[in-house]
Amino acid sequence: MAVQIPLSTISQVDPNPIVEDTFFAGLLEQCLVNEAAPQWLQDIRQQSKSWLSHLSVPTRKDEDWRFIDLSPLTATKFVVSQDIETVYQSLPEAKHSCLVFVNGIYNPNLSDVSGLPEGVYLGSLANLPDDYDAAKYFSQQPGADAFTALNTAGGNEVAVIWADKNTVIETPIHLVFIADGKSESSFAQPRTLIVGSTGSSMALVEEYIGTGEYFTNAVTEVFVEGNARVNHTRLQQESDHSYHIGKTAISQDRDSQYTLHEINLGAKLLRHNPEVWQQGEQTETNLNGLTVATGEQTSDSHSIIALSKPHGTTNQLHKCIVGDRAHTVFNGKVFVPKAAQLTDATQLNRNLMLSSKARVDTKPELQITADNVKCAHGATVSQLEAEEIFYLRSRGLSEDDANQLLIDAFAAEIVDRIPLESLRSKITQTIEQKVKH
Amino acid sequence: MSETILSVRNLTANVDGIPILKGVNLEIKAGEVHAIMGRNGSGKSTLSKVIAGHPDYEITGGEIIYQGQNIIDLEPNERANSGIFLAFQYPLAIPGVSNLDFMRVAYNAKRKYQGLEEVDTFDFEDLIEEKLEVVKMNPSFLERSLNEGFSGGEKKRNEILQMALLDPTLTILDEIDSGLDIDALRIVSDGVNQLKTPEKGYLVITHYQRLLDYIEPNFVHVMQEGKIITSGGKELALELESRGYEFLDDKSGTEVGV
Repeated sequence: MAVQIPLSTISQVDPNPIVEDTFFAGLLEQCLVNEAAPQWLQDIRQQSKSWLSHLSVPTRKDEDWRFIDLSPLTATKFVVSQDIETVYQSLPEAKHSCLVFVNGIYNPNLSDVSGLPEGVYLGSLANLPDDYDAAKYFSQQPGADAFTALNTAGGNEVAVIWADKNTVIETPIHLVFIADGKSESSFAQPRTLIVGSTGSSMALVEEYIGTGEYFTNAVTEVFVEGNARVNHTRLQQESDHSYHIGKTAISQDRDSQYTLHEINLGAKLLRHNPEVWQQGEQTETNLNGLTVATGEQTSDSHSIIALSKPHGTTNQLHKCIVGDRAHTVFNGKVFVPKAAQLTDATQLNRNLMLSSKARVDTKPELQITADNVKCAHGATVSQLEAEEIFYLRSRGLSEDDANQLLIDAFAAEIVDRIPLESLRSKITQTIEQKVKH
Repeated sequence: MSETILSVRNLTANVDGIPILKGVNLEIKAGEVHAIMGRNGSGKSTLSKVIAGHPDYEITGGEIIYQGQNIIDLEPNERANSGIFLAFQYPLAIPGVSNLDFMRVAYNAKRKYQGLEEVDTFDFEDLIEEKLEVVKMNPSFLERSLNEGFSGGEKKRNEILQMALLDPTLTILDEIDSGLDIDALRIVSDGVNQLKTPEKGYLVITHYQRLLDYIEPNFVHVMQEGKIITSGGKELALELESRGYEFLDDKSGTEVGV
């Protein structure tokens, strides 16, 4: 495998890097530089800018980007826009454990963190008490693609969830990133750092929504330390005119368990890269993905699960529902190197095509060099079954209702795994609206 | 004279351009049980699907009159909601669709069609609990996905449960007995018999005479090559059982009225 390097290990930092790529340079020059940020953070930002100066926007010629076309994104002029007034209805389960950012800026009026137990920090990085060693984690994940570097170099605020040792958080935590591009094409770079210390346990929802035309370039880092558990739902429900590029990088220590429910419903163009780095023995990773793309949407999920120690488990099920002229991509790499003996890995991508003009690209990829492992992978592409529809109609359901029931059933396998009831019904309703004509 | 429930007249139908039904005539009056027997490929199942409105079959001639109305142009769901029920030979398993939700949606579709108010989740659960008795089903089946992981017998009982719930005027049982052991066959036929009333009509399609010991027909028809070639009382089924279908071979081609 091509081992990627943490940004912080790039030794040669150009003191005055010049980002030559015009799209990146145009975005970066608008990003606010926070002079009050601690030195270590300013250093990391400088390193990222230096790294970015060597990079340009990927094209179809890059293997990892060959399925999608970024030219509509790069052809649009985005501006950083702030002081937006908006409202948000929080999830009932997370009314008092909710952190809201609007166009990348922390919004204390919409946030409410009063319902958290001892031993949890939920807030912005700027307000994180000094006894938390954020420098040990921030931007320390492997992987250094251009959009992540852009986020790190130009980022301003950082949402932080930090569970102390052995802290069990019963209340789900909700992070909301609202984008507003109604008056001008806006640009925001949400950034999140999640630390689940040894023996801790949490469930969180990371949600992206917005209106109008805008570009969200989001990066989330998750550290799941020894024996800790993180249950993570990432709901991307951006506006139909938006562009969303996101990275979710996860490092897992031994005996930890990490579960991601990746739900992709919105955006004109989506690219999401979940990347899991198992760094200890007996780590368990569950990636559940659901993409629903209709209209002219393009939705690309590119995942990596890299094992490195014995007794690791990974389960990945990614489902796509594709209608109209939409296009979905699933590219899932699972690396099982020699050191990762006794791995149990499954990966499955299932696609349901609702239209003859829809397009699906799927590329499940297992790379195994260990010799004592149990690994399986596969992909299926199907349509709604005519016999199933007839069976339902013979019981009185209209054709539309029969189709809807079958689509819901396909999605339910993923949706039912989400631990919040309110979120499950919200997602199901959105899917029904999306596939209805 | 009792009311005619179903009247099939000179019905012809194709699938993929190939004629399967070649002029079927059949009349079912209220309170009557009609059995159709015949070899594989004789058109028995096709007839049941054509009556239920399966989109793969193209009707090329004739009429299907149900309660005085030609239903050829009705959608399958409209036929179902007006009281036609087909118990499938192979009920489909649909993972992710809960049996309970499915039955509630189906029940409410019919209520809506009849201009009645839909029934909420709680009232529906009470209603379906009563119906479970008919086929001696455990309530845990309702929580499972529709027919998923059900045994052959359980699937057929689930079909009769749907029949009990939807209370059809015309019931078509397509090989409800195939693959059932004797205990399951008893439960299924007991269920059908409990639901039987003099206002309704029944069409029982089967390969085996054994079913007709439990669900007693008033008339037995034999289909061959897309036509009903002979009809009689229940003794015809016994005759077929002892002599096999071969004895009918010389009869094929002769038109027999009902």
